[in-house]
Amino acid sequence: MAGRIVAVVALTAFLFGLSFATFSELRIFLPAMLRGAVVTLQVSMLAAALFVVMSFLAGIAKDSGLRPVRWLAIAYIEVFRGTSLLVQLFWLYFVLPEFGIVLSPMLAGVLGVGLNFGAYGAEVVRGAMLAVPKGQHEASVALNLSERASLFRIVIPQAVVVMIPGMTNLTIELIKATALVSAVTLVDITYASVQQNQLHYRTLEIFTITVMLYYCFAQFVRFGGSALEDRFSRHLRRGH
Amino acid sequence: MDWRWDFTLDVVIPRLWEAAGVTVYATFASFLLALVGGLILMLLKTSKNRIVSIVVTEFIELIRATPLLVQIFFLFFLLPEVGITLPPLTSGIIAIALYNSTLCAEVYRAGLQAVPRGQWEAAMALNLSAYRTFRRIIIPQSLPPIVPALGNYLIAIFKETPLLSFVAVGEIMHASKLIGSEYYRFTEAVTIAGVFFLVMSLVSAQLVRLVETYLQRSIQR
Repeated sequence: MAGRIVAVVALTAFLFGLSFATFSELRIFLPAMLRGAVVTLQVSMLAAALFVVMSFLAGIAKDSGLRPVRWLAIAYIEVFRGTSLLVQLFWLYFVLPEFGIVLSPMLAGVLGVGLNFGAYGAEVVRGAMLAVPKGQHEASVALNLSERASLFRIVIPQAVVVMIPGMTNLTIELIKATALVSAVTLVDITYASVQQNQLHYRTLEIFTITVMLYYCFAQFVRFGGSALEDRFSRHLRRGH
Repeated sequence: MDWRWDFTLDVVIPRLWEAAGVTVYATFASFLLALVGGLILMLLKTSKNRIVSIVVTEFIELIRATPLLVQIFFLFFLLPEVGITLPPLTSGIIAIALYNSTLCAEVYRAGLQAVPRGQWEAAMALNLSAYRTFRRIIIPQSLPPIVPALGNYLIAIFKETPLLSFVAVGEIMHASKLIGSEYYRFTEAVTIAGVFFLVMSLVSAQLVRLVETYLQRSIQR
């Protein structure tokens, strides 16, 4: 598997660079950058959790039988897809206090990124639900399953297999998008490297490390995605 | 909440209107560069020279796996160090164009692959020249999938231009940040900027849809 080899090489190169940096003058900026990387990871994980929840909520609500629910989902999806993430982050952090809601930088960053990607994920979830054959739902009606059981036991488990590739790609995009949280005064890996660059003027080294870190994160998510895909499509290979 | 309409009309809208020009300029400049860059990357990626194609494939992977903001900062700080001094707007446009050309390359490739093999073979059997094969057979058939996808990237680029405010390019987001810190009022400026993006992307999404249906109909004729 070519991707696996690339990731292993990337990881080794990164560790090599890390040890190199520790034993040379580069060590002065590494601690600050690693602190930034931790912030990036925290924001990514929390935002990814929110992203998955919002994708399912909005994706299912968009095909709901209740009109107000459907309109709410459509409004959410259009507003968050139609404006820039940066504008949304600014709005959450600088404008919401005008309405009396003060968010911490971390909360604003997680909410902004998670809600923005939830709107994109909703379409992935919805597409996957539509890909489940109609007969599955009809069969569960015929078997007298409740609406809820039909959704949670029949439709969603089959839709999950279809949505994993799309959701994996969006998760990688989400990690990349967390680079914007410096707009709400969070010091993530991107902002930390800008700061360190202004202190030490070692652009090439600093930004190469940053780029490699993001690349490694993306490769890990890709593996996670294909592992999940294997896990969820096991029953398809059993041949029934 | 106190929304002040006089402030909105006298200060926010005129200044954002000026900055909108920079946003539109950056959008179209990066889009045109990305169209050409994508074509070059696609040709290099499908090159018969294995080393060239592997290097370009990995390069595309690397660009796609890292945030655009990091690339903008990288170019912004690195270029002066190697002796190239460009205005922030130019280096920003180059960064956005580079990022999106990797995406355009995929679009071109997918569009060409969507043309059935038999079309190439038929063109060869009819003894058409390479130019006529492309001009009359391949390109007309690969346009319907390519054009809407490129239109979506145009909208995506439009929504990426606020990133340029990080390197002090005077586009809309930068203008609204400046208004916010000058008057200490963020509400109007940021909200108007958001509404501007929302309206522009809804309108252009509709335009892309129109072009898509037009192309579908013209190919069926």
